[in-house]
Amino acid sequence: MTPQPQLPALKITPSAQSEPPPPAPAQAAGKPATFEVRHLNVWFGAHHVLRNISLQIPSKAVTAIIGPSGCGKSTFLRSLNRMHDLVAGSRVEGRITLFGQDLYGKEVDATLVRRRVGMVFQKSNPFPTMTIAENATVGLRLNGVRQRSLLQERMERSLRMAALWDEVKDRLHANAMSLSGGQQQRLCIARALAIEPEVLLMDEPASALDPLATAKIEELILQLKEHFTIVIVTHNMQQAARISDQTAFFYIGELIEFDATGRLFTNPSKKQTEDYVTGRFG
Amino acid sequence: MSMKNNWQHRWRKVKSSMVSGLCLTCAVVVIAPLALLLFSLVKKGASSLDLNFFTQLPKAAGEIGGGMANAMVGSLVLLGLAAAVGVPIGVLGGIYLSEFGGRRLSWAVRFAADILNGTPSIVWGIVIWALVVVPITGFSAYAGGLALGFMMIPIVIRTTEEMLAMVPNGYREAAYALGIPRWRIVLHVVLKTASRGVITGILLAGARVIGETAPLLFTALGNNFWSHNLSEPINAMTLQIFNYANSPFPDQNRQAWAGALVLILFALALNVGVRIMTRGSAPHLVK
Repeated sequence: MTPQPQLPALKITPSAQSEPPPPAPAQAAGKPATFEVRHLNVWFGAHHVLRNISLQIPSKAVTAIIGPSGCGKSTFLRSLNRMHDLVAGSRVEGRITLFGQDLYGKEVDATLVRRRVGMVFQKSNPFPTMTIAENATVGLRLNGVRQRSLLQERMERSLRMAALWDEVKDRLHANAMSLSGGQQQRLCIARALAIEPEVLLMDEPASALDPLATAKIEELILQLKEHFTIVIVTHNMQQAARISDQTAFFYIGELIEFDATGRLFTNPSKKQTEDYVTGRFG
Repeated sequence: MSMKNNWQHRWRKVKSSMVSGLCLTCAVVVIAPLALLLFSLVKKGASSLDLNFFTQLPKAAGEIGGGMANAMVGSLVLLGLAAAVGVPIGVLGGIYLSEFGGRRLSWAVRFAADILNGTPSIVWGIVIWALVVVPITGFSAYAGGLALGFMMIPIVIRTTEEMLAMVPNGYREAAYALGIPRWRIVLHVVLKTASRGVITGILLAGARVIGETAPLLFTALGNNFWSHNLSEPINAMTLQIFNYANSPFPDQNRQAWAGALVLILFALALNVGVRIMTRGSAPHLVK
C-alpha cells in the first residue's frame, strides 16, 4: 500500500455561519440553499480527486455539473449522498450541509442520508429479479414498510411522477427487464421517488438513451424540479443548457465557475469555461 | 506471389488436418467413457430394474429377489442431513467472502475451502469416525450426514462466492442509494439476483456427495432394513452397491448393477436439471 500523504487537517471554524457563504449564482441568492458545500476535498487512496470545492445548491431548481471526463463530476455528486462511504480507501474532508444539517457529522447515519437524497445512475439498474411494481416500492419494502395500501398508493404516485404509469399500468407484474431502456431509467427514477427524498441526484441519466427517450427524461426533470432539488451530472452541454437553472463547470478536480446557466454558456467569466463551452477542449 | 499450391502450402494443410484430428480424438476420449459407462450399466443393470427393486427390502444373502428400497430412502435422508449442514454454512460462508470479507481472513477461508475440496473422501470418513462416531453417536445417520455435509461446504462456499461476485455492482449501489440497510441488500438484492447460480452450486454439491461411499463406510455403516431412528445406522445406495458388488452371490451382483444404474441416472438427472436451470439464469447475470 502506498502511504497516504499527510495533509494538514482542514480547519473549520466552529460557527460555520460566521464565514461568508459559499458562492451561489446571483439569481439563486434569495432562495434557500439545499446543500451548502464548503472546502470539500475527496481522495481515493493517494489520488486527490476533488480540491477545495465550495458552493451552494439552491432548492427546487436544476443544478447541472459539467466538465470533461475524469474531472470529478461524479465524485462530487456521490459525496452529496455519502456513496463514497462504500469505497475502501476514500476520504472526504470539508463540510456539506443538507438544509443546515451536517451530512458527515459523527452521529449521522449514512443510510438515513441516502433516504433523503435519492440517486439515479448512468446505467439504468432496475432489480432484475423484481417486477415493475416491486421495483417501484422496493425502497419502502426493504426499509420496513408493510402496509399494503400505502405501498400501492406510493407505487402509483411515483410511477405517475416518473411519467411511466400510463405505459406500465397494465403490466405492473411483468419483470422490470421487459421494459425498454428509457422506461427502465424512468422506473429507476420512480424507485428513487417512492421513498420521498428531498433531493434527486442524477449521474448522466440519459447518456445511454436514444434521443426520444432522452427528451422524455429531460421533460420529466423539468416537471420534477417543482418538487425536488435536482443535481445532474452531464457530459452533454446542450442538455445542461436545456434543462438546468445553474451550471457548475468542473475541471481536473476544481470548481472553475458556477453561475446561472444562461450566463455561463453565453458570457462565462473564466477563460477555461469559455474554451470548454465553445468546444476548444474536452 | 504465386497462387499455385506449392509444397509449403500443402505441408501446412497436412499439419492443420493432423491437429484437427488430434482435437477430435481427444474430444472422443472425453465422451467415450461416459457412453461406455452408461452402455454397460444399462446392459447389465436394466434387466434387474423391476418394481420389487424399488419397493422391497434386501433379502438375506443367498435368497433370490428383494430390492434396495431402504437404501434409496437412506441415500435421500443422508442427502437431506448433509444439506442441513452444508447449505447454511456454505451459503453464509460464501456471502461472507463475497460481501463482507476482510482480505486476510478471506484468503484463509478460500485457501481452506480449496484444500478441503481436494481432500479424499475416505479422510472425511475417518475424521468423522474418530471425532463423532466413536466418542458420541456411534454408527448413525447423523454421522453419515455430517460427513457428507462437511464435504458439501467447500463446494457450496466457492460457488456461492463466485455467483455473488458476478452480480453487477450497479445493483448494490442502487440499493444503497435507496437507504436500505446492508444486510437487507445482501439478502434481498444480491443473493436474490444470484439465487439460481447458488442453487445450482448446491445441487451440484448434492450430486457429488450422493455418490460417495467411503465416508459412509465409517459413519452410516448401512443395514438391511428400514431405519426409524437417525441415531442408528442407515443404509445408502452406495453402501448397498459396495456390499453387493463384493458378494459371492450372483443375484446380489445383479442388483449391484441395477443400483449403480439408478444412482448414475439420479446424478445425471440432477446435472441435466442444473443445466436447464442455468440456461434460464443467463439474462440475470450476463449483462
